[in-house]
Amino acid sequence: MNIDFSTLKKDFPILEREVHPGKQLVYLDSTASTQKPQLVLDAMDEYYQKHNANIHRGVYTISEEATQMYEEAREKVAKFIHAPSRRNVIFTRNATESLNLVAFTWGRAYLKKGDTILLTEMEHHSNIVPWQIIAAEKELKIEFIPVLADGKLDLQAYELMLNKKPKVVSFTHMSNVLGTITPAKRITELAHQAGALVVIDGAQSVPHLPVDITDIDADFLAFSAHKMCGPTGIGALYGKLDILNAMPPFLGGGDMIRKVTFEGFTTSDVPAKFEAGTPAIAEAIGFGAAVDYLNSIGMEEIARHEQEIAKYGLEQLEASGIKVIGPRESRGGVLSFVMDEIHPHDIAQILDSEGIAVRAGHHCAQPLHLKFGLPATTRASFYLYNSKDDVNSLVKGLDKVKQMFDR
Amino acid sequence: MDDLYREIIIEHYKNPGFRGELNPNDYSFEDENPVCGDHIRVDLRVNSDGQIVDARFSGEGCAISQASADLLIESVIGKNIEEVKSLSKQDVLDLLGIDLGVVRLKCALLPLKVLKAGVYGMGKEIEELDLE
Repeated sequence: MNIDFSTLKKDFPILEREVHPGKQLVYLDSTASTQKPQLVLDAMDEYYQKHNANIHRGVYTISEEATQMYEEAREKVAKFIHAPSRRNVIFTRNATESLNLVAFTWGRAYLKKGDTILLTEMEHHSNIVPWQIIAAEKELKIEFIPVLADGKLDLQAYELMLNKKPKVVSFTHMSNVLGTITPAKRITELAHQAGALVVIDGAQSVPHLPVDITDIDADFLAFSAHKMCGPTGIGALYGKLDILNAMPPFLGGGDMIRKVTFEGFTTSDVPAKFEAGTPAIAEAIGFGAAVDYLNSIGMEEIARHEQEIAKYGLEQLEASGIKVIGPRESRGGVLSFVMDEIHPHDIAQILDSEGIAVRAGHHCAQPLHLKFGLPATTRASFYLYNSKDDVNSLVKGLDKVKQMFDR
Repeated sequence: MDDLYREIIIEHYKNPGFRGELNPNDYSFEDENPVCGDHIRVDLRVNSDGQIVDARFSGEGCAISQASADLLIESVIGKNIEEVKSLSKQDVLDLLGIDLGVVRLKCALLPLKVLKAGVYGMGKEIEELDLE
């Protein structure tokens, strides 16, 4: 299948917007959140206009329709990551909540004083802080697999660290700063051999790469809809069924119970067991529509397109003397860079005046920035709707930044 | 954009007159903007009358925060500690001579927050110094 990516921009109404007079939006911050195609917005509108009702217990028509739409969305999300069953997918608020769910339920139930949790130095705060909270509570140790100077994980160090028999290995499948794609299947295999539970932060990989969780064989996979053309407020946690069945529940309330008495409660079956309260129904339906949209293009095609733009961007930035961090191969469409003497905040501000949206700061990965001795970086990231023209706009904008500071 | 990055800001960012540390000092305080990681330290020397006889700032940050720090430090030398306590957001904006949106306002006000936290004493939570 040959997709003409230049035609996809028109699916996203916001990309036609002028952010300043004569300056059309050049959106280069999809790593933080992606734009939404019209059909995702339409799917949510249609739900609210025709089917809006609470789900799972209503016996009237629109409640049954809403329930069916919500569960169909779960089915779509499960198939998208090649999960064996829809029951493997729990809807959460976002990848952050998914990771917290694992730390607070599995971690609280099974980790004991002195146990070790293995993370990597390139984790987002959302895959560090939940573990730090549970570690403080249960007196656990956290160790970090080092990142090498080229932005890749130090797998030799990792193998040695496994000798200490960590109970959990939790790692990002794609760094939101370096763009590094980690060898998830290999990391998982080694962790399992050492007897550890494997958790993958797929917030960046699931939107940008074909991800087959059955093949990777990790125990958990966390991701967010809003980073893959879907709405905010909904994400997913994939988990292996035997683990989910054995785990205690997360939040308590409606929908997660089988029976409640004054003395106590019993839990509902997975996945309802982990979905207390009325969920984000419209958002789940939007998530399903986003998955349909991505499938209509093809994840292999999307990954190839983004990596082509990233490669072009890397060459163009380096040709203008800008230092891009991260590996030269096995990387996604993320370019974090530094310019001598000019702070990322100033770069982002001046680019905004040209309509170009980039991110400046530590991108919720402060420890990684400390490691590389960088207080902050500027990050341009790409998605299916970006083109080489957007890279050209960025390079032109950066020339303006240099001029501003060269007076 | 040319308004925001006025020459005075670029000039104070690239060639600050009051960058450095004072050791010993009478007041020293540091803090950061958690959103962007900008970090400012302010050191003061104060005589027995409470007059600031010397001041310096150090740290890292964007042109707005660093220029704001340099201009602010320049403006408080010779002032009394009590006068510093009454400095407001508007005083900083007047020094910079620019209008700022909510995000960049935090950059511009970080030096003043640090300075005020310093003169109020370490015990005072910096968040209580509501400048905005």
